[in-house]
Amino acid sequence: MANKSKSVISVLFNDDDVMLKSIKPIREKGYNIREAYTPFPVHGLDHELGLARTRMAITAFIFGAIGLAVAIALTYYTMISDWPQNIGGKPSFSWGENMPAFVPIMFEMTVFFAAHLMVWTYFVRNGMYPGRKAMNPDPRTTDDMFMLEIEFDGGEDELRQLLKDQGAVEINLVEKAEEESPELEEAHA
Amino acid sequence: MHYESPVREPLITGDKSYHDITVDVAKPIETNAPRSWWIAFSVALIAFLWGIGCILYTIGTGIGTWGLNKTVNWAWDITNFVWWVGIGHAGTLISAVLLLFRQKWRMSINRSAEAMTIFAVVQAALFPLIHMGRPWLAYYVFPIPNQFGSLWVNFNSPLLWDVFAISTYFSVSLVFWYVGLIPDFAMLRDRAINPIQKHIYKILSFGWGGKAKHWQRFEEVSLVLAGLATPLVLSVHTIVSMDFATSVIPGWHTTIFPPYFVAGAIFSGFAMVQTLLIIMRKMFKMEDYITIQHIEMMNIIIMVTGSIVGIAYITELFMAWYSGVEYEQYAFLNRATGPYWWAYWSMMTCNVFSPQFMWFKKLRTSIMFTFIISIVVNIGMWFERFVIIVTSLHRDYLPSSWTMFSPSFVDIGIFIGTIGFFFVLFLLYARSFPVIAQAELKTILKSSGENYKKIQEK
Repeated sequence: MANKSKSVISVLFNDDDVMLKSIKPIREKGYNIREAYTPFPVHGLDHELGLARTRMAITAFIFGAIGLAVAIALTYYTMISDWPQNIGGKPSFSWGENMPAFVPIMFEMTVFFAAHLMVWTYFVRNGMYPGRKAMNPDPRTTDDMFMLEIEFDGGEDELRQLLKDQGAVEINLVEKAEEESPELEEAHA
Repeated sequence: MHYESPVREPLITGDKSYHDITVDVAKPIETNAPRSWWIAFSVALIAFLWGIGCILYTIGTGIGTWGLNKTVNWAWDITNFVWWVGIGHAGTLISAVLLLFRQKWRMSINRSAEAMTIFAVVQAALFPLIHMGRPWLAYYVFPIPNQFGSLWVNFNSPLLWDVFAISTYFSVSLVFWYVGLIPDFAMLRDRAINPIQKHIYKILSFGWGGKAKHWQRFEEVSLVLAGLATPLVLSVHTIVSMDFATSVIPGWHTTIFPPYFVAGAIFSGFAMVQTLLIIMRKMFKMEDYITIQHIEMMNIIIMVTGSIVGIAYITELFMAWYSGVEYEQYAFLNRATGPYWWAYWSMMTCNVFSPQFMWFKKLRTSIMFTFIISIVVNIGMWFERFVIIVTSLHRDYLPSSWTMFSPSFVDIGIFIGTIGFFFVLFLLYARSFPVIAQAELKTILKSSGENYKKIQEK
């Protein structure tokens, strides 16, 4: 574990709009908002926090293209190359000629790959798996409370005052900055 | 910021806060089941067990236990299959198509509608499996190398397209549903007091914590899944209809089938959503979330799709006459006036005539009337598939082969069994899953909640 050079305060709001409005003044004062926990997707929150756009849709496109390629390879190999048959007077001479009959398969495989692999990517990127410990520090944030975790360097009272002015309902110090402590370093080594 | 026109009726009635939504959604899980739930569950379970018995008898003895004969070699099994798949369609339509159209009213019904989709597709998938006769060789439908004993599957065949379409549809609907469920499972986990319950929801919720970045990804994943599910749902019933349309049987060989089947599927699916939700909102007192307005909206969709289906029926008749093909003309004349006239006219009455009542506001906002019509529509849609399948087959090319079909007790038992199984799954779901997408619903509370709308208007 690296030494924590900054203290972290967690602040709870009971309204999404109040929380959203508080972000700008907090960030303008130079504090870093480490994380936000909300019970539902608050619109504009990612923008206020300055989060980059997610690339989930791009991954879906790539996976879909892979699915399409797999479907083409599968139909070509089984129907044309490995064991061509004359079914119902419709012989399998070339993939191009038979392609119209493969369109449903190509479509389904595209969707199958895009949807499933995107969802897997989503789980991996979020670090989610069955039985993982809850990521939200306070259980109320899946009900009706909105939490921000703010990093700061000293000046705790000043920050508390700012948050109170912004309408916070609860403020807790969750992590204290650690002094350079040689004993701890050794204990970890 | 949260403005919505005062012309629009509130989607959440009563004086609700975010916390009230949490409590109301968690209530059916945290409290004991009402007596009505136990009665419904017992009835469904008995039907399900009866169905299992009939399925085991079929597998043990063979397909000969059904009422099939040499001429009518496809009857209730495929009728039930198409019926169940069709019912499934409304769930995807509500969750995907209405999401793309940004219809906020979908939010309190999409969870249950998607559950219905998944449970209906399970029932549908049972029928091809049982009809195989040797269900332990079911893996032959997947592309496996020749060394396994069969040749490669035939990718030219609509029946194989169906395998791919149904598997994709089922599995994609399942992940779509599950991705949406995770935040709500997390809500239940954080509320649970009973340690076993807490542990189960901990496993189910995948550690969800509602981080800002995760919500951002959640919304994009939902949107992309909706975008994928929309053409998927249309493709599924299109491909199901191709099982018939690509054959050369008069009455099946028509190009109108794909759109006609899709419209019929949405029609019957919405009717089933109505049946389930009207029971559920009463049983679990969800009237504040599933309002009369929701029911009215769905009734309008039933009316529109029912009319599309009606136009399709009439177009079919016209095309049969206009084609000048004697066999085609006979097939349709026989449907309406032959020995199965009663099935044809039941279909016409239930599907074309009955939804027209929904033009009247008084009727489409009546819960009792909606409930009755929803059942009538589902009976009608079952008859539609029966008419298409059995009446087209029972007059074979040689008049000496002409027969009738009568179901055996096993046919009936399996069908009743799937209805039982469906309700068993749905009732268990209603007691253990968050039946309303509460996280999503909270996003519209301030714009569409009754109390907030009143404040806006001031």
